[in-house]
Amino acid sequence: MRLIFVLILAMAIATVVGLGLTWNTATRGVEIGTLTIGPWTARPRIGTSDIDPYARATVARSGELPIGAGDGITFRATTDDAGKKLDGRCDVVVSGVTPPARFWTLTIYDTKGKLIANTLQRYGFTSQEVVRASDGSFSVRIAPRARSGNWLPTGGISRYLLLLRLYDTPVGVATRSKKDAPLPSISTAGCS
Amino acid sequence: MIRWLFAILGGILLGGVVHLVSVLALPRIASQDAYARLAPTLKLNAVTALPEAAPGTAPMPFMDPAFAAAACKYDLSNGSIKLRVPVSQAYTSVSFYTNEDIAYYAINDRSAGRKVIELDLMTSQQKAALPEDEDITAADRLIIESPTPTGLIVMRALAPEPGLMPQAEAALAAASCKVQAEVSQPKQR
Repeated sequence: MRLIFVLILAMAIATVVGLGLTWNTATRGVEIGTLTIGPWTARPRIGTSDIDPYARATVARSGELPIGAGDGITFRATTDDAGKKLDGRCDVVVSGVTPPARFWTLTIYDTKGKLIANTLQRYGFTSQEVVRASDGSFSVRIAPRARSGNWLPTGGISRYLLLLRLYDTPVGVATRSKKDAPLPSISTAGCS
Repeated sequence: MIRWLFAILGGILLGGVVHLVSVLALPRIASQDAYARLAPTLKLNAVTALPEAAPGTAPMPFMDPAFAAAACKYDLSNGSIKLRVPVSQAYTSVSFYTNEDIAYYAINDRSAGRKVIELDLMTSQQKAALPEDEDITAADRLIIESPTPTGLIVMRALAPEPGLMPQAEAALAAASCKVQAEVSQPKQR
């Protein structure tokens, strides 16, 4: 009789630990094969046949289609340079330069990967439409209320993600550090 | 006492196994993955424009709103697929996915190097069955091998400014994806 209880306990622990770990890794992702530069992370192998099982689980769970490696690469940021979570009630400034690429897009999503509705139908910037300084650098202001220059509306949601996608770029599996891929900085400029 | 300790330790070890098995099984059992979301809206072996990536209409998460997109759900069991995508002004790419969302091949307009991206998609058996003396192979046609008999081809055209979206959509509307008649008959000369 006691043996049965012991077995039931063991099975219960196995189920909770196993499925809990899976849910956690598939939702948050794991640091296998990721390229981290400042607050940005990318998975260079996600768009190839060598995709790792954790990335496959993440892709299957979220329902997205990863960008093929011959097409481009996606960098994601959920925090600013200081590690503070991106907050849609604050002014966040993304500024600097991007790695070599024929085109890039910077897009804002909510945590489920949906675009944030706004009357301007402004969900992101492409490398061609962003307004730049004379030295070629740019600065995008992500804020709940209208700002001058490159303004990306947050709709006031509390958490969001920034995706920087580089298209037709040498950045990929061979990229290791900031030297190969200088990414823009993200800083929180103040909260309302 | 010892027995309960064993139960807990054993449970944690077994939990590791459950974790590994469930991670590996997840892509197979996921019912809301991109292929499952898109497949019912697509015609088989034909190009269908995907709804605009906007709040409320985006068919899947994390779509790039700067792109017009179209997809072709393919089934190679009746022969290979011939794909033609005219390139748009800015940037056009074609990505190939298996029915489990693995991006096994992608090409952009520059690496294709022409005004029209032309590709033949076939299974490895169909490729092996190609007549070898065919003098037009390799040089003229780009042949892609699909690891699975079914899957998705997603074509994307960039609109660098919102006003250029109709042009990007028009380029994709002219794309075609169709089954090629079996070409295995001997050549007539």
